[in-house]
Amino acid sequence: MAGVAGGNDFQWCFSQVKGAIDEDVAEADIISTVEFNYSGELLATGDKGGRVVIFQHEQESKNRPHLRGEYNVYSTFQSHEPEFDYLKSLEIEEKINKIRWLPQQNAAHFLLSTNDKTIKLWKISERDKRAEGYNLKYEDGRLIDPFRITSLRVPVLMPMDLMVEASPRRIFANAHTYHINSISVNSDHETYLSADDLRINLWHLEITDRSFNIVDIKPANMEELTEVITAAECHPHQCNVFVYSSSKGTIRLCDMRAAALCDRHSKFFEEPEDPSSRSFFSEIISSISDVKFSHSGRYMMTRDYLSVKVWDLNMENRPVETYQVHEYLRSKLCSLYENDCIFDKFECCWNGSDSAIMTGSYNNFFRMFDRNTRRDITLEASRESSKPRATLKPRKVSTGGKRKKDEISVDSLDFNKKILHTAWHPKENVIAVAATNNLYIFQDKIN
Amino acid sequence: MDSRVPQAFGCWPEVQDKMINPEKAEEAKLKARYPNLGNKPGGSDLLRKRLQKGQKYFDSGDYNMAKAKIKNKQLPTAAAPEKTEITGDHIPTPQDLPQRKPSLVASKLAG
Repeated sequence: MAGVAGGNDFQWCFSQVKGAIDEDVAEADIISTVEFNYSGELLATGDKGGRVVIFQHEQESKNRPHLRGEYNVYSTFQSHEPEFDYLKSLEIEEKINKIRWLPQQNAAHFLLSTNDKTIKLWKISERDKRAEGYNLKYEDGRLIDPFRITSLRVPVLMPMDLMVEASPRRIFANAHTYHINSISVNSDHETYLSADDLRINLWHLEITDRSFNIVDIKPANMEELTEVITAAECHPHQCNVFVYSSSKGTIRLCDMRAAALCDRHSKFFEEPEDPSSRSFFSEIISSISDVKFSHSGRYMMTRDYLSVKVWDLNMENRPVETYQVHEYLRSKLCSLYENDCIFDKFECCWNGSDSAIMTGSYNNFFRMFDRNTRRDITLEASRESSKPRATLKPRKVSTGGKRKKDEISVDSLDFNKKILHTAWHPKENVIAVAATNNLYIFQDKIN
Repeated sequence: MDSRVPQAFGCWPEVQDKMINPEKAEEAKLKARYPNLGNKPGGSDLLRKRLQKGQKYFDSGDYNMAKAKIKNKQLPTAAAPEKTEITGDHIPTPQDLPQRKPSLVASKLAG
């Protein structure tokens, strides 16, 4: 494994696990999004209870140089609360659908967090000094009688214990009739897009009372609705380009220079389907649950129910690479439809150099594909394999009749243990995997 | 096709199709369990259900009552044995009243 040129052979080891161990998982604790910031120093999670927890990468300790630093809690706050839509008599969940960091421009950190209806810009700042020696009040806050003051002094800044504060700086509300599934910060660092099932809006980070609608696929007659928007993302370098995926397995690339309303795509990506193999499930499993540009901006990756596909932006008629995530589920689609698992939305992510991709599966398994060597590996996020620095053992699902030792049969998979959200550090081989209410952090062993 | 194929195989191309295509076999299973499935354009039904996700309540009063019920269920059970029901026996004191659950509970990830 070790010593291969290029260093793409990873040896993943357990680093940390966050969250409660007890079997009884409260719905609010289920993690709904995971995201590293641009430097990888901060790792944010959002949950169904509307809370955001941010972890910070501690500096490597001099005593134990073979360990990469650990992620410890930096800040936590309640981002969204449950609301009630009075007009429709529907509950608006506080679940955080997505978190996206803004590139850092000063000492403070900014992120966007969204639930189904409202996007919020949060500022996370540190305070490690406070002023002492006020003229008009004592240190404990009591006011000094002004008539007692005989001299004036200048307050001095004294060090204090580090306090990390999160404050909502902007609230972008009332722009989405349907449920927001994506937000994406533009490379111009001034605008961002938000997408719901039928529309995509473009916002300016400073302006909350209006946004531009750039895509609208709502038909005049809702009976004619055939597809919905499932994900959207801005191009990492070209601020005029964005893509959005659909429930029919297609991706449209749009150029904002072409028109104010990008209803007509510039590029249309679809893999031709063999009509003879079409079934009731075909459209459902082709629905794209996530789309991500590569860091280079040359490729994009889409996740549908059974596979991950890499597309070259220059080629619209088929993907350049297809990776099977859990093909053995194809013969289980009937029961997966009945228990609704077929509608699970898995995400996918690139590593920093775009040489590897990762996505989740069931039974707390997650899959990694090396694009250069075409090797793939299945790993498990479990408490059992959570010994400090323990190397993760590859897992295998047996599909045939004969089950080898250490393999697990398809029927034994736990479909309640789904890994929908994973994130890869932008620069290092550190990954964060959300397993229901637990966050696992794994690191590549430093040789 | 050889005409001496045994009758037991019946419609040979269909059986072959399901063997090669597990998806079609699963579809047959589903149609057998739910014969009415797919009569209406399945796409728009599923999509419409997706567009209106979220629990519908009769009105805001209904919603608030449902929320209160959930909150009461989540009250710490340790409080229950000590607090007996107060129904006009005596004037309640602050210690007698059930603890009000703090509305914001910190995430266990930060614990």
